[in-house]
Amino acid sequence: MNKLYRDLYKKIYKIRCVEKKISTMYKHQEMRCPVHLSIGQEAVAAGVCANLGKKDEIISTHRSHAHYLGKGGNLKNMIAELYGKDKGCAKGLGGSMHLQDLDNGIFGSVPIVGSTIPIGVGIAFYSKFFLKKNNITTIFFGEGATEEGVFHESINFASLHKLPILFVCENNLYSVYTGLKDRQHVNRSIKKIVESNGIESHTSTGNDVLDVYSLAKESINKIRKKKGPIFLEFKTYRWLEHCGPNWDDNLNYRPKGELKSWMNKCPLKKLRGKIFSNSKKNNTLDKIEKKINYEIENAFQFAKNAKFPKKEILNKFIYSN
Amino acid sequence: MRKIKFNQSVKEALTLSMLRDKKVVLMGLGVTDPKGIFGTTKDLGKKFGSTRVIETPTSENAITGIALGAAIKGMRPILTHQRVEFSLLSMEQIVNQLSKWHFMSAGKQKVPIVIRMIIGKGWGQGPQHSQSLEVLFSHIPGLKVVAPSNAFDAKGLLIQSIKDNNPVIFFEHRWLHDISGNVPKKSYDIKIGKAKIIKKGKDITIVSFSEAIVQVMRIYKFLKINGIEPEIIDLRTLRPIDKKTIINSVKKTRKLLVIDNSWTTYGISAEIISIVTESIFKKLKKSPQRIGIKNVMIPSSKELAKHCYLNSKNILEKIISITGKNINKKKKNLFLKKINTSESDIPYKDFKGPF
Ligand SMILES: Cc1ncc(C[n+]2csc(CCOP(=O)(O)OP(=O)(O)O)c2C)c(N)n1
Ligand SMILES: [Mg+2]
Repeated sequence: MNKLYRDLYKKIYKIRCVEKKISTMYKHQEMRCPVHLSIGQEAVAAGVCANLGKKDEIISTHRSHAHYLGKGGNLKNMIAELYGKDKGCAKGLGGSMHLQDLDNGIFGSVPIVGSTIPIGVGIAFYSKFFLKKNNITTIFFGEGATEEGVFHESINFASLHKLPILFVCENNLYSVYTGLKDRQHVNRSIKKIVESNGIESHTSTGNDVLDVYSLAKESINKIRKKKGPIFLEFKTYRWLEHCGPNWDDNLNYRPKGELKSWMNKCPLKKLRGKIFSNSKKNNTLDKIEKKINYEIENAFQFAKNAKFPKKEILNKFIYSN
Repeated sequence: MRKIKFNQSVKEALTLSMLRDKKVVLMGLGVTDPKGIFGTTKDLGKKFGSTRVIETPTSENAITGIALGAAIKGMRPILTHQRVEFSLLSMEQIVNQLSKWHFMSAGKQKVPIVIRMIIGKGWGQGPQHSQSLEVLFSHIPGLKVVAPSNAFDAKGLLIQSIKDNNPVIFFEHRWLHDISGNVPKKSYDIKIGKAKIIKKGKDITIVSFSEAIVQVMRIYKFLKINGIEPEIIDLRTLRPIDKKTIINSVKKTRKLLVIDNSWTTYGISAEIISIVTESIFKKLKKSPQRIGIKNVMIPSSKELAKHCYLNSKNILEKIISITGKNINKKKKNLFLKKINTSESDIPYKDFKGPF
């Protein structure tokens, strides 16, 4: 099988299975923190991150699991964080909404909508003027964040200074239970808004990982050639409830059939379809899946066995030395 | 009398106010959603229509300014934040504009806005979703700050806040939403700026507010049985603060403990102790004390968070030490064991969110 297909499949499959496992294990009430799962939206994280090196930085939001995993974040430390353990990526201080892994260029995620956008711009600001390397910073956010003033202030600054940033907006049509039509005029185009700030912008489907991959690749190449920031909007869809492990279509805030039509555009199925049309044999996939499933089981065992942090940690990080 | 939950009483206050005055408008992200801000706005959109119950974009700063503009023309907006932290994006509008607009217009313009802020706690919500930031707003002249502890007060105070011609910051603690209390069906007002003595006593004055009151009330009976009679004051309003009720009580008991819902440093408790020591220092038999949450960021892990939040044990120890009364150790430990909910990050054993 083609290496690219294999890499992308690994990422998508891993994100999907980790999220599913969290969803099924949540009822045991050992992961005691709010979780915003990314099932249905895996292709964006996978397709974008497949183009990023270890040293490239990303920053994310409340819905960060896919970005963290796509970028190669440590799975054991992630699950331990959800379990509130000392081996967590933030030592249990943050929980699901505060994932980070500096070794893999994941600088942070926070649950205040829009707040990491300027922080990502700042990371790129440093890269450009002080680091003088070829790093690029990818800033992930939802379409809801484009309603915050700070988004507009940040893109202007990024454009003005031609910063090496890939802005990635995952437009999943909802902010919690509120649909786009109640929040943005039907003619509002996020792409055009960003474009009018002098930033090259594209909008694309977000459930076909190969499309995401190519668009991201082309964009990242341009950014690396010091052409300044690029903005990408991907249309995608969250399957489960906004926050929590369950399905919530019974609440009827989404039109009948909408979820189903998006589930038919499942990123995992789509990629699998492409792989099978290119080669008949599927034992490579089986092997990949087995390995990932094993890794996930291990990570949950690791998290459960890990210790809770000691009380002393509470006073340790109020100020740095 | 009829018993309803705190969230239902908030909803009744909103409903009655909107029926009484067509200028009252409810705004915020989630006000029409199927969960209706923890049940407090559920179905109000259907009842009053989309010109009275208005979904908003995730644009806290602009929405607050927009509410101000509409308010000075005669609208009476009620804004809602599902966590107080989200309102921080609108701090400029609140601190520089809302609070000062009446003053800057030399009294010609009025700003009748209520901003409902919900305080989170527990379930590992972590450093940015579980803060009690009442004091940030209480510091600002021109704002009124209300923080009820029970369903009855919530209804009366919210109705009064909506009638008030000034910006009122209305705090609702998430853990109070599901607690029931006696609430009359009809509309009634509770005056802003008036504390309430919820238990009369002679041994010590305990001043508290919001969810911290629940933590105190859990140990009240035990204290009484063991010969300690505290006078418990629920502040209800944090600004303007009811100095008279506090001072009169401390004059009588000559001992003061303030139980803060938040950090004590520069906090509401600091203010109350200052008020008391400034005016009746010589009446005090013991130095006034305060207790609040630990002066650190609130971590996600429940095993850490439990050391940060208030708990009834610490409150009990503090009261015993100030009053100097002896309580049999065995009895005390037995009691603490009994009230100790095994989990410190959920209000009730069966609490499953949403948070
Ligand atoms: C400043 C701020 N306002 C409101 C919220 C409440 N909130 C949490 S997640 C969320 C949804 C934001 O939607 P979007 O950015 O599209 O991300 P999605 O959840 O769809 O991935 C909202 C409004 C918040 N966390 N921060
Ligand atoms: Mg969204």
